[in-house]
Amino acid sequence: MSAPTPKGVLTTPIFKNNPIALQILGICSALAVTSSMSVSLVMSLAVIFVTAFSNLFVSLIRNHIPSSIRIIVQMTIIASLVIVVDQILKAYAYEMSKQLSVFVGLIITNCIVMGRAEGFAMTNTPGLSFLDGIGNGLGYGFILMTVGFVRELLGSGSVFGVTVLETVQNGGWYVPNGLLLLPPSAFFIIGLIIWVLRAVNPEQVEENEFQMKENTQPKEAV
Amino acid sequence: MAQSNNSIKKILTVAFALCIVCSIIVSTAAVALRSKQQLNQELDRKTNILAVAGLYETGTDVEVAFQEITPRVVDLRTGEYTDQFDAEQYDSFQAAKDPAQSRTLSGEKDIAGLSRQENYSTVYLVGDPDDPEQVILPIRGQGLWGLMRGYLAVQGDGNTIEGITFYSHSETPGLGGEVDNPRWKAQWEGKQIFAEGDDVQPDIALVKGGASAETEVDALSGASLTSKGVTNLLRFWLSPEGFGEYLARFRSGVAQDEAQGAATDLDETEGA
Repeated sequence: MSAPTPKGVLTTPIFKNNPIALQILGICSALAVTSSMSVSLVMSLAVIFVTAFSNLFVSLIRNHIPSSIRIIVQMTIIASLVIVVDQILKAYAYEMSKQLSVFVGLIITNCIVMGRAEGFAMTNTPGLSFLDGIGNGLGYGFILMTVGFVRELLGSGSVFGVTVLETVQNGGWYVPNGLLLLPPSAFFIIGLIIWVLRAVNPEQVEENEFQMKENTQPKEAV
Repeated sequence: MAQSNNSIKKILTVAFALCIVCSIIVSTAAVALRSKQQLNQELDRKTNILAVAGLYETGTDVEVAFQEITPRVVDLRTGEYTDQFDAEQYDSFQAAKDPAQSRTLSGEKDIAGLSRQENYSTVYLVGDPDDPEQVILPIRGQGLWGLMRGYLAVQGDGNTIEGITFYSHSETPGLGGEVDNPRWKAQWEGKQIFAEGDDVQPDIALVKGGASAETEVDALSGASLTSKGVTNLLRFWLSPEGFGEYLARFRSGVAQDEAQGAATDLDETEGA
């Protein structure tokens, strides 16, 4: 692996090495909070903040973290940041924090934050780590906003709460797709995003672990 | 370097220092923002109360509008006002958990699925507290997935519904979650709680296939269990088990005189 550059660590996680689409991390919250775009946006900002600063602080003290308790040290830093974010949201964006409910708290268990702290910040300088955190947060946010856009538009006929397709419930013509309001629908959308990303960047496609034999005939066991 | 990092002394020092720093950051944030958060919660509660009374539109100054509203604590068993608690501070959810201030509900009585009910509850009177235009009652009960909490606004006659709102619920979005839909909520206005000639058990219900009577409201489509939950919780809270006794006083006109007496008492205490 070549040495990381500031521009590289900031931009590659968005498409080339997306934490959700390529590393398949942080799926849980991507399913849970994407039914509307404004909630996705706040969640993305929260994750960008937490990832950036946890990377920064972990990197600052990386030479003093004893390897036997490094995971606990990282968790403590991440957890503190998440609580601070949660408190700020409750104070300044109360409506939003009600909708996000437990998912702000669950940023603690978001593998992206932990993964970057352990995988990048432990071995790189604070400045680079901070940018890496922002980059990965942006990658996460990109997926969240895309999924949120599709789910909100087709599920409730609006974008950022502004009605685009007038739904039948409100006297319009559009019959909303109820499935898209439920978390499992995000699986389909994330799957489609992964397909698109890998079609554009074929190097992301993983090698088959085994080869299916051609022209095999299914035979009944005798 | 790595060796010294892993000495017991270093591990303890790092762990201890980190804990101190992090706990200071967390507690500073919590303490500094607490008043702001409580203000938000209070504002949220008031907004919901104003919304159910039809007094809230986007941009309304909640504090100013709320001055028209007087909270009072009601003894659910007798339906009378009580001055035992400060209505601004009294928390009926806490009370419902306290065995001394609540009772257990079981079997057929517990149609709303509450298992415990407080003895005293806070109501909000809109307009003149002696002769309120509307009475706002807190209601709650089980929906399909969990407890639904909301307010019901009843007009001063103790029978006509002004509005309903649920400020917290976990119903399925798009189906049961439509309890939040303004169009659905709009049809509650003017509905009657009690049918002609029956003054004890509430008749209000959500019905399928179009509401025809004054005591019927259209059920939510695709959400039978949420609709059933709403019917049950209303039937519970409006029956003599809930606010039935209290509402009966409005229907017979007693509450006005009572409130007048109590309100003067309150004024005196304030003056002292």
